[in-house]
Amino acid sequence: MEIFSIYLTGVGGQGIGLLSEVLLRAADHAGHQVKGVDTHGLAQRGGIVVSRIRFGKAVYSPLTGGRSADLGISLERHEALRSLQTAVKEGGTMIYYDAVWQPLGVRLGAGGCADEAIIEAEGKSREIRVIRVLNPAVKDPRMQNMALLGEIDRNNLLPEIETEHIKEAMTDLMEGEMLEKNLRLFSTGKP
Amino acid sequence: MKKLGELLLTREPFSEIVMGNTALVRAMIEAGTRVVASYPGSPTPEIAAAIRSIPKEKRPFYFEFSTNEKVATELCYGAAVNGHLSTVFFKSVGLNVAADTFVQLGLMNIIGGMVVVLGDDPGVNSSQNEQDNRHYARLSYTPVLEPADPAEVYTFYKAAARLSQEKHMPVILRLTTHVCHAKQRVEFDRWSQEPPDNTPKFDPDNGPYIPIAKAVFPLKRRALQRLEEVRKWADESLLNRLTDNGNKSRGIITAGLPFLSLMESLREVCGEKPNILKLGVVHPIPKETIENFLADHQEVKILEELDDFLEKEIKSMAYDEGLDVRIIGKTDPEDWLEEYTPDKVYAVMQRTWPELLAPRSPDAKGKSEVSPRPAQLCPGCGHRSAFYAIKKALAETDITVADIGCHTLGFLPPYEMGQLLMCMGASPGMAAGLSLFNDSRRVVAFLGDSTFFHAGLPGIINSVFNRHNFTLILMENGTTAMTGHQPHAASGSNFNGPAEKIPVRQVLEGLGVRHIFEVDTYQQAKLTGMVKEAVETDGFSVVIARHPCMLKFMREQRKKPGYKSRQVDIDQEKCRRIQECIAEFGCPTFTQYPDGRIEVNPDLCIGDGSCIRTCPAEAIGIPHIAEEPVEG
Ligand SMILES: Cc1ncc(C[n+]2csc(CCOP(=O)(O)OP(=O)(O)O)c2C)c(N)n1
Repeated sequence: MEIFSIYLTGVGGQGIGLLSEVLLRAADHAGHQVKGVDTHGLAQRGGIVVSRIRFGKAVYSPLTGGRSADLGISLERHEALRSLQTAVKEGGTMIYYDAVWQPLGVRLGAGGCADEAIIEAEGKSREIRVIRVLNPAVKDPRMQNMALLGEIDRNNLLPEIETEHIKEAMTDLMEGEMLEKNLRLFSTGKP
Repeated sequence: MKKLGELLLTREPFSEIVMGNTALVRAMIEAGTRVVASYPGSPTPEIAAAIRSIPKEKRPFYFEFSTNEKVATELCYGAAVNGHLSTVFFKSVGLNVAADTFVQLGLMNIIGGMVVVLGDDPGVNSSQNEQDNRHYARLSYTPVLEPADPAEVYTFYKAAARLSQEKHMPVILRLTTHVCHAKQRVEFDRWSQEPPDNTPKFDPDNGPYIPIAKAVFPLKRRALQRLEEVRKWADESLLNRLTDNGNKSRGIITAGLPFLSLMESLREVCGEKPNILKLGVVHPIPKETIENFLADHQEVKILEELDDFLEKEIKSMAYDEGLDVRIIGKTDPEDWLEEYTPDKVYAVMQRTWPELLAPRSPDAKGKSEVSPRPAQLCPGCGHRSAFYAIKKALAETDITVADIGCHTLGFLPPYEMGQLLMCMGASPGMAAGLSLFNDSRRVVAFLGDSTFFHAGLPGIINSVFNRHNFTLILMENGTTAMTGHQPHAASGSNFNGPAEKIPVRQVLEGLGVRHIFEVDTYQQAKLTGMVKEAVETDGFSVVIARHPCMLKFMREQRKKPGYKSRQVDIDQEKCRRIQECIAEFGCPTFTQYPDGRIEVNPDLCIGDGSCIRTCPAEAIGIPHIAEEPVEG
């Protein structure tokens, strides 16, 4: 593996910062050279948040180009569809948590609405493997990121990164009850 | 768990994964910086967040958020002529505000040293333009160092600090958005804390510090001479880097983040890769280094983001030296625009040397359409209630003037409040101009409370002084919300602890504003009535539309023990699908299903209840504790 690129998206407020930091540090613990960058923009105001992580041998820029990501990760379904169209490469994988935070246009009934079938079809049309995650046991929306991370790991979507590396990364970033709760959800899929 | 504050104060050398903004703070500590000031603005606020992670009593330097960038610059200058190494940081357009002071710095004998850290924003990620601040460097005879990634942010800051201390002149460290926010492992040195020297060293004999009339000439001569010394220093500096690919004909000169994008693009080169000279010192440019590079190649491409700053300098140098080399600068207006991402650089290089890189075809469209997601006001935001209510008070023909802040988003549908926007604090002045020779269209301006103190006051004073006729809506939420909740003069605290509020109402009264209205924005009907009255009042009137920032409020609430989340529900029996909640009030919480049913998104609703009175069918219930206790 030369370089592996991850394109991570969500909506401001969904907790993509923590997910992205865990992935970045897990790649580092696994001994890869890694670079990452978050694009905040006006994200705190319900806009799109994008985080990019690239690891492998010689990584220069943390920025990925259009349709070049090996793995797309999204915490929201409309953003999953958008990533499929703009960021993930043919033959890549897209995993998303099926939360719905409707953009204004959808709320107004102006079209552009995403659902499971549309996302599936979009993936098929470009030979991208699509994995949908929804865990009804997770009640706290701010824990959806860890539920998704667990599925990313169980599906072995991160090459040359082991479960232990992800746990080490989580231990770098959290402690006490918070860490326990997140580790439990990550490892067992149960909150 | 790793604690940032402790890591930053580590004595022994260490390495850690950090953002560019965090690496900068470690560099400040190692360099012995004593005074740091800022006004918040993207992409720099995380510098302050890293500073905050160090407990105040352990912080090796003084830090404050000043009222604006100009004051922050003056504070740092004052500290530096007293002998303290100082650093001011702010976003790109902050330099426009600081400019009157900033342009003088190069003339002065800054005995303690002073670094000006700029966060430029190519690609306009979160600004009102993508100005190239290198132009200010030439205007003020100030050197500029430009790092490409967090590791360079760290080393370049230390180099900038040392240069500034040696030459007693200001030095700019120019960062860009994705240099500030990039993350990678950085190797840090030892920190051997020297005992601080607090003797006030200001001495007029180190000056003159009074630049007036002819007294300016010797100062200017010195500034030019120092700049020439820095040019020689730059030639020796290890901050410039040559990547020799053994190419006899083609070379590329670049700097900063575009260098990284170039390295990514060149992975796909068919044939021989061009040699690369990456400049770390972009003003003044190292003469000998560049001349040698030019002389060694037949063609040299200048690859630079935004304006043709290096291109002009290098071309004039080649002309003076009579060098026989083809210098390729910008060839298309698009070259002046946007961030130089790997894709952008690929396109530019492909156009420069078509056989070097294979052409790329544009991506085909997606199969299905996906709705855009513009930024929007948060659930419960007081600004939403304000726009909703104020829109009802105004006529179609009235003119609304926006200002900078979260409330700028009022210009978007469904409110469309705000038809012009310029920069921080510009709304009162523009509104006054729009009110001249104008008896038919009423003028309403918006202004945030942090902006009120930052640059809003002169326009307000002018409106009183020159008796202008318009209504100003002061959107008071108690914080600098857009940039991440930094305190301001009416917040009740500053960066370092509690501070007495300067209430905006008392300021307005003190200035002699006669017509002041004041209301919590959740009282929507009352606000509508007040605005109707205010716009009918002759002269200058102010409506203080107040509500605390709910994003900040909710973050504080969630941390409290026993916190229970709340939400509203829609009574489906009562709902007549008028869609006032979605189409007019526009809270992102309201979700519309394909069958037309409207429901509340429990992940988003904070149970603030500001929507309740907007429903003509009275279908929105009183907020209640969310049924399934959310794990917090
Ligand atoms: C000269 C300048 N400095 C800083 C900024 C960054 N900035 C954008 S919005 C904003 C916050 C304004 O706060 P406030 O006026 O209180 O409005 P709020 O966001 O709280 O609604 C700032 C500081 C800027 N755009 N221009």
